[in-house]
Amino acid sequence: MSEILLQIDGKEVRAKEGMTVLEAARSAGITIPTLCHHEKLEPFGGCRLCIVEVEVRGWTNLVVSCVYPVANHLIVRTRSEKVDRIRKMILELLMAHAPDAFELLELAKEYGADRNRFEKEASFCIHCGLCVRYCAEVKKKNAVGFVDRGIRKEISFIPEIASRECWNCKECFPLCPTEALQAAFVLTKALYSPPPSSQSASGE
Amino acid sequence: MLRINSPAELEKFRKGILSKRDPNKPCITLCSGSACHASGSGDVAASLEAEIEKQGLSAEVDIRRTGCHGFCERGPIIVIHPEEICYFQIEPKDVPDIISQTIKEKKVIERLLYTDPDTREKIIHESEIPFYKNQKRLVFGSNGSIDPKSIDDYLAIGGYSALAKALSEMSADQVLGEVKKSNLRGRGGGGFPAGRKWEGSRNAPEPVKYVIVNADEGDPGAYMDRALLEGNPHAILEGLTIGAYAIGSHEGYIYVRQEYPLAVENVNIAIRQAEAYGFLGKNILGSGFDFKVIVHQGAGAFVCGESTALMTALEGRAGEPRPKYVRSNIVGLWGRPSVLNNVETWANVPLIINKGADWFTQFGTEGSKGTKIFSLVGKITNTGLVEVPMGTPLKDIIYKIGGGIPGGKRFKAVQTGGPSGGCIPEDLLDLEVGFDELTQAGSMMGSGGMIVMDEETCMVDVSRYFIDFLTDESCGKCVPCREGLRQMLKILTRITEGKGKEGDIELLEEISETAKDAALCALGKSAPNPFLSTLRYFRDEYEAHIREKRCPALSCKELIAYHIDPARCQACMICLKKCPAEAIVGGKNRIHVVDQKKCTKCGTCFEACPPRFAAVKKISGEPVPSPIPEAERTIIRKSKEK
Repeated sequence: MSEILLQIDGKEVRAKEGMTVLEAARSAGITIPTLCHHEKLEPFGGCRLCIVEVEVRGWTNLVVSCVYPVANHLIVRTRSEKVDRIRKMILELLMAHAPDAFELLELAKEYGADRNRFEKEASFCIHCGLCVRYCAEVKKKNAVGFVDRGIRKEISFIPEIASRECWNCKECFPLCPTEALQAAFVLTKALYSPPPSSQSASGE
Repeated sequence: MLRINSPAELEKFRKGILSKRDPNKPCITLCSGSACHASGSGDVAASLEAEIEKQGLSAEVDIRRTGCHGFCERGPIIVIHPEEICYFQIEPKDVPDIISQTIKEKKVIERLLYTDPDTREKIIHESEIPFYKNQKRLVFGSNGSIDPKSIDDYLAIGGYSALAKALSEMSADQVLGEVKKSNLRGRGGGGFPAGRKWEGSRNAPEPVKYVIVNADEGDPGAYMDRALLEGNPHAILEGLTIGAYAIGSHEGYIYVRQEYPLAVENVNIAIRQAEAYGFLGKNILGSGFDFKVIVHQGAGAFVCGESTALMTALEGRAGEPRPKYVRSNIVGLWGRPSVLNNVETWANVPLIINKGADWFTQFGTEGSKGTKIFSLVGKITNTGLVEVPMGTPLKDIIYKIGGGIPGGKRFKAVQTGGPSGGCIPEDLLDLEVGFDELTQAGSMMGSGGMIVMDEETCMVDVSRYFIDFLTDESCGKCVPCREGLRQMLKILTRITEGKGKEGDIELLEEISETAKDAALCALGKSAPNPFLSTLRYFRDEYEAHIREKRCPALSCKELIAYHIDPARCQACMICLKKCPAEAIVGGKNRIHVVDQKKCTKCGTCFEACPPRFAAVKKISGEPVPSPIPEAERTIIRKSKEK
């Protein structure tokens, strides 16, 4: 594979063809914040927090670094007024769901995000999809998935698979940046194995 | 059925069809598109057949059930050929007269004709009706004259001659060159030059390539693609096959929404017929070129109109856009070069090949060539599908073709480009429609929806409506779109309820910026447009809602009130009897009063009050006048006392 030379935040960075800007930056010790990224998983491009400015032939563009491929002569700026403003808004939007998530609080400090900018939402889930993708791509079990779409989109354990697979795995739990995952699992377990009395009463 | 093996055989076959058709034989064409079907064209067709049989004319008259004629406001529509007598809003009870008078005695039935609203003149011929007269129906025109279920009808109007020409007289490069030269731009939304898209796929090294028809038309109010696919499916197949030949593809897909059952049915019939005749399949027209087409029904997600989401759905997965920065014409369906164009774009291709790029480019503006079909809906007199050359002023579409705003109301704005488009105000009505012109005005061409709004439409509420639509249709994958829209909808709803506060506009702008710059796909990136364009032209309406708690269009329920002007009320009891909430107090000879606590603001009293009294008033942003004291409510009618 041929070597690629690009510039990130004024620093010459060597990368391999096929790498993403995020990978190249991290290999050079440059930090770009992410929420939905995981080394073992295919890039998802969902949280958009890793947005950066790239300059190609004099044209500046905003791209997400977790999927944008490196190229020779590419100029990357991981921080700018615009990038910071977008990250701040993304964090504020997410903190309507998970105002106490440690990772979000740390990032909020960095970007000056107000955790109370928006009214609180009922669900903690920030839809990073780490659990869903880890279960599908690494464990190949598909015990947890997304259901519905748009603002009604939620993560949900598939009871039949979850009751069989999850108890001894739970590898997705530490991946979750919020409390949503464990809560969803507890709910699924409760639904799937109701106490004997309610089982007969449900009439199903 | 026979198979046609060469262009020469095709021409011979075509002559055979034409020689069996007597151009002077009466033919009744009946619009049977979805819109006319809904207004009863199925019953009319049955009556026509029965009546012709009854009057013993079966051998002397043809009936042709065609696709959409476009003038949906006046459906079901009948056109009687060869005279082209045009009848509107036909019901089964009109059929006996049509057969006995017009078909037998060649007499025109006045009551079924179109009446010009200005001159009150009756118009006999389709081509003289203002709605049609001011259009240029290059792509849509054949819809009214062919039965979409008959390939022979399509051949009779010259169908598949462009395919024969491309395969026998032109190299793939020449076909591509012609389409590039025509500067045909995608009719589905983005307006990307089709030729450049094709070229990218053609030059991609991967040998297996695909061509795809995007028939996942999902904009509220837009239905031109449905009408084309239902009414002239062979034109789309022919265009698609030519495109496949140009880029070197041997497999095509039609992604059509399952909510379009008639389109699905007609395109499937068309594919079977084309396969039988040898326009699809192996060795098409003896050229050695192979091509097959597969129909895929979409499950009804707006986002699947987005190219990468559509391809993901075609692969059998949940229709979510891909995050990759690679064009799908290079890495598309199953990772292979894939040309995706929408229905109308493909339908333009046979015309360009047959008549040439030079002919095509004579229509339109510098940047936008050819014609565009718009669906004209909303507060407009002539609802329907209209095709005009690019560059036609909006004013002409709305007034000359659309017949203006009904009910003497004043025009306020036209929303173009679907949910991701924007609203264009009255002072920009001279704008010539084209891809770049509409974008500059803060809207877009989109797929060509045009929703006309009058003075009673609240622009804040319009913006709330479209954001609500998008909130529902967002796939929910990326934060700026899912969470941004969620918050925008909350804020906009609050504003329409009179709970808006200072800073709301700025917050909406800030969220819009994030969605525009950071969302994953075109849906999210353009999602703030309904807000941004209404803010650009109607900021005063937002401010009135927030600061004065007033809805200038008198539309937002939470901000309006109804009251009865005691000086005008004649105590006629009409509104009192009609009020579903029993909120009107009064009686015979007692001036009526609206009980504000009970009033649900349905507007029934406002509609019911006879215009000569006009006693019911609708107000916003001002206190409701206190009711007239009980003692003063009795009306003494001098004239009746005598």
